[in-house]
Parts: sequence; C-alpha cells; structure tokens
Amino acid sequence: MSASVAAGRPKSRPRYRLRRYMVEAACLALGFLLIVWSLIPIYNMILIALDSHNDIFSGAVWPPNPTLESFRIVWTEGFWYLEHFWHQFGNSFYVGLATMFLTLLIGSLAAFTVGRMRLRNGWLLTNAALLTYVIPASFLAIPFYRIMQLYGLGNNIWAVIAAEVTFATPYAIFIFSQYGKSIPMELDESARIDGASPLQVYLRIYLPLMAPALVAVGTYALLLAWNEYLYQFLLLSSPDSMTVPVALAQFLNSDESPWNYMMATAIVYAIPPIVMYYAFRRYMAAGLTMGGVKG
Amino acid sequence: MSTTQQALAIGRPLGASRLTRRAWHGGLQGSEFAWAIAFAVPYAAVFIAFVAYPVAYGLWLGGKPSLYAELYSDPRYLSTVVNTLLFVGIGVNLKMFLAFLLSGFFMRRRWWVKSLLVIYILPWAVPALPAFISIHWLLNGQWGLFNNLLYELFGIDGPIWLNTHWLALGSNIASYIWKWMPFWTVIFLAGRMAIPQELYEAAEVDGATGMRRFAHVTFPLLANLYLVCTLLSTIWTLGDFSTVYFVSGGGPAMSTEVLATLGIQYAFTIADPRLGVAAVMSALPVLIPIVILLMRKLRMSEVQL
Repeated sequence: MSASVAAGRPKSRPRYRLRRYMVEAACLALGFLLIVWSLIPIYNMILIALDSHNDIFSGAVWPPNPTLESFRIVWTEGFWYLEHFWHQFGNSFYVGLATMFLTLLIGSLAAFTVGRMRLRNGWLLTNAALLTYVIPASFLAIPFYRIMQLYGLGNNIWAVIAAEVTFATPYAIFIFSQYGKSIPMELDESARIDGASPLQVYLRIYLPLMAPALVAVGTYALLLAWNEYLYQFLLLSSPDSMTVPVALAQFLNSDESPWNYMMATAIVYAIPPIVMYYAFRRYMAAGLTMGGVKG
Repeated sequence: MSTTQQALAIGRPLGASRLTRRAWHGGLQGSEFAWAIAFAVPYAAVFIAFVAYPVAYGLWLGGKPSLYAELYSDPRYLSTVVNTLLFVGIGVNLKMFLAFLLSGFFMRRRWWVKSLLVIYILPWAVPALPAFISIHWLLNGQWGLFNNLLYELFGIDGPIWLNTHWLALGSNIASYIWKWMPFWTVIFLAGRMAIPQELYEAAEVDGATGMRRFAHVTFPLLANLYLVCTLLSTIWTLGDFSTVYFVSGGGPAMSTEVLATLGIQYAFTIADPRLGVAAVMSALPVLIPIVILLMRKLRMSEVQL
C-alpha cells in the first residue's frame, strides 16, 4: 500500500501544483482587470484636472505638461462658475451636518419610543418608515418640489435639508431598532424604578449605549446629503444657496470648455466623502441591505 | 456593530430564539405616555409633511386618465419604457450576479486580495456625480481617454460611444455597474463571512467540495439575501436619475432616457408636471408588487418590533 502511494505521488503532485499555479494566475489576472476597471474613470478625472487649458483636447493618455493650475483656480475661485465655490462648499457641509443631526435626533426618538417604550400602535411609525424606504426618491421629486414652493421654501437650503432628512430617517429607524435589541431592557426598567423620567432614560442610558449605531447612521446621513444631486438641483437655484454638486453640474451648460477646472472641482468635492468612507469603512455596510445609498 | 451577523439576519424569519421582553412593566403610566407621544411626534410630522402629503399630491396630479393617453401617443415614452426595462433588468441582474461571484473571489485569504478590496470599493466611495461626469468624458469619441487607450494599446479606432442608441445604453449600464457593484459585493462578502466555518467542515467530511459545496451550503444560505438585495436594488434602480442623466444625458436624441429622467424632463424642461408625474407613476404596476414582496420579506425578518 505504501508502495502505491509512493508511486502515485510523483505523478499527481506536479499536476496538483500546476493546477494551483493556474488558479493563482487566473486570480492575479482577475485582480489586474478589477484594478483597471475600478481606476480608469478616476484616473481620467485626475488626468483632465492636471491638463493645462491647451492640452485638454490633445488626446494624450498621460498629461504632457502636468500642472496644478486648475486646482489653484478652484482654490482662489478664479473662474466665473467658481466665484462662490467655498461658500457653496460650506453650504454642502451645512446641509450634511444639519441632515446628520436631525436624522440622528428624529430617528433615535422614534426608535426609542417604538422599540423601548413600546408605544401602542408604534408599528404605524415603523411601517411609515418602511414605506418611505422603498419609494424611489426621484419619483417623489416633482410633487416634493411643488410642495416646497407651497411651504414657502423655494430656493431655500432648508428645503434640501428636509428632503435629505426625509430619506435618511427610515434607515436610521431600522438601524436603531435593530441595534437597540442588543441593549438589555433591565437597564431601562431599573432606571425607571429609581425614578428616572423617559427623557432621562433616553439621554443617560439609551443614547450612550447606542454610540456605534449613532456613528453608523451619522456617517450614512452625512454622505447621503453630500452626494445627493437631484433634490439639490431642483430646490436650489441661486449661486448663493447652491451646494457643490449643483455648481459642478453647471459647468455642463458652459459653451467654453473649462473641463480641467470642472474635474479639479469634482476632485475637491469627492475628497471629503472618500476620506469618510475609508475612515468609517467598518460602519459603511452596517445594516447592509438596509443601507445602500439611495440615489 | 457587527455587520456580519446582520448580513444573514436580513430575510431570515425571526425565530422563537429572540423572546422580546416587555419593557416598561405595567405599560406606560401618566406622564410617560405623554413622553412617548412627544418622542413619536417629530418623525410623524416629517412623514406627514414630506412623504404622505407629496405622495397624495402626486397621486392627485397624475390621476387623470387622459394623461396616460397623452403619454402613450408620445413615441419617446414608449422607447423610454423599453430602455427602463433593459436598464433595470440587465443592470441589476448582471451587477448582482457579478457581485455575488466577486464576493467569492474576495473571500480568498491572500494579502493582495485584501488590499485589492480597498481599491475595488473606490467607485462606491466616489460621489456619483463626478464619477459619471468623468465617464461621460472618458467615452467621448474624439478625445476621450478610452478611445485613446484603445488606439495606443491596440491600434483600434473606437466607436463614438455615446452617439448610437445601443452603445449609449450599454455605456449607461456599464457605468451603473461600475458605481454600484462594489457596494453589493461588500454585502455579499459579509453574508459569506457570516456562514459558520463548521458548516463547510461538515460538508467536507461528507465529501462535498467545489461546486457541490457551493450548491448545497453557500447558495441555500445566501439565496434569501440575494433575493432581498435584488428586489431592493431593482426599486432603487428604477428611481436612478444620475446615471442616465450624466453618462449619456439621455442622448442621442433622447433615445436612452429612462422613466426617472423623462419624468423630470417633462416636469421641468417642458414644464408639464402632470405629465411628468404620470410618466413616473406608470412604473407603479411594476413597482407595487416588488414593494409588497419586499416589505413582507423585510418585516418577517428584523423590522418586527
């Protein structure tokens, strides 16, 4: 028996090894393909941003005279589409932070009252949230726009914040109620026996223990508001109230061809979310199918 | 927050294992009830003001049957419906299938596979708008990087991608897959990682390896997740505005519009909001069954409170 094993070995081993090398090579090829696939559009962005004004149409695969001129233009607001760039950048941050704060507040209050205090008929709230979650945001854009006019919020940054909060809160409620199940109810009960009011339980017990979920949802809401385009485009029209994506898309109306400025703006706009994605990567897929970025 | 556990929780019935305890023994008393109501008010207000009212208003705007006759007589509308079906049908399914396969690839325990994942999720991290603008320029027939690369590397003169209906539609779908495949790959990856290793070991003892391991262990456990993800993605993709609007711009000659972009087009370019709402609402016969199915699946799993 040992003889047959010994005889079988020299034959099968190289074949096994060959197979392993082939699998490894196929994996490397696939990996290379994925890198090219993922990076080409991003490389294109950088390439055009580094081009000088005369080289945009040169069709070069590598910038012939790489220059940071377009980034300088963005920095100094030296082009007429960029006149209010840093103000608009601030607007985007303002929308993002307000959305984050309101989403966390409204979402955690709703999850607390339904999940912890078990408000009777609380399922109505969760069903409302679920329904909102499955409505494609762009389908609601037209009536939403007209209703904002009705509320007197035309060309007002708060209309955008309202829209982003509307579409971020359902996700928040789900994550909070899922995560809340891991916090023992006994904590609430003992605090209550000690005479704590619901507000105190919410502030002193619920919120501190929910910290990881708050981080996950906060990141989600901030990025949703930063990345969203359609509502901001419809609801904001003056250069003062615009956010960065709206200003960026304005370049497309131009008869000139400042594509290098546009791409430099695009890169500056894309950097904060990219940094956040990688910093909070652990949280970004939290709740998973509940997450995703509604576009 | 452990993402891996939640991956499988989605779409899996909430077993008897989780006995929810009644909180606030004896029910809510006196002022507590007032607090509970007060806590519920903000979200109720948001829902009524920004969801229920716009939905009702939209239904009223798009409620006239004559609008649909008008839509039906517009040839652009009919081609838009076909485009939407192709965009959503091919885009979502191809993306999900590839993401599922790639999640298997990213399970490999090699250092370079792990670092590859960091690059691979970059399209997901970049906001949609700059990415799609860049792709639009990438595909320009004369000075776009893609055709230049084809010429430099292979000596091929690439086509003018966004100038023919089919190529433009294909470009839209490819861009959509580029942007969203990483997200779903990460989800399936988390789903795969949540499968206990013992199951694979037991299967191996029983002689199941390779394809059979996939067919009898991995697939049955992830089938539900796959279905829920596909349904959810279908809904979101039906409402996807940015891809088509920025990659092909609906062109050439509005031949690649989808319902989401056509609705906005009707409402704001032609200034006929009723027609816009009607165009969007004509997706409801497809949307509503998916939503019902999905809500049932989601409620069965985690959303139960």
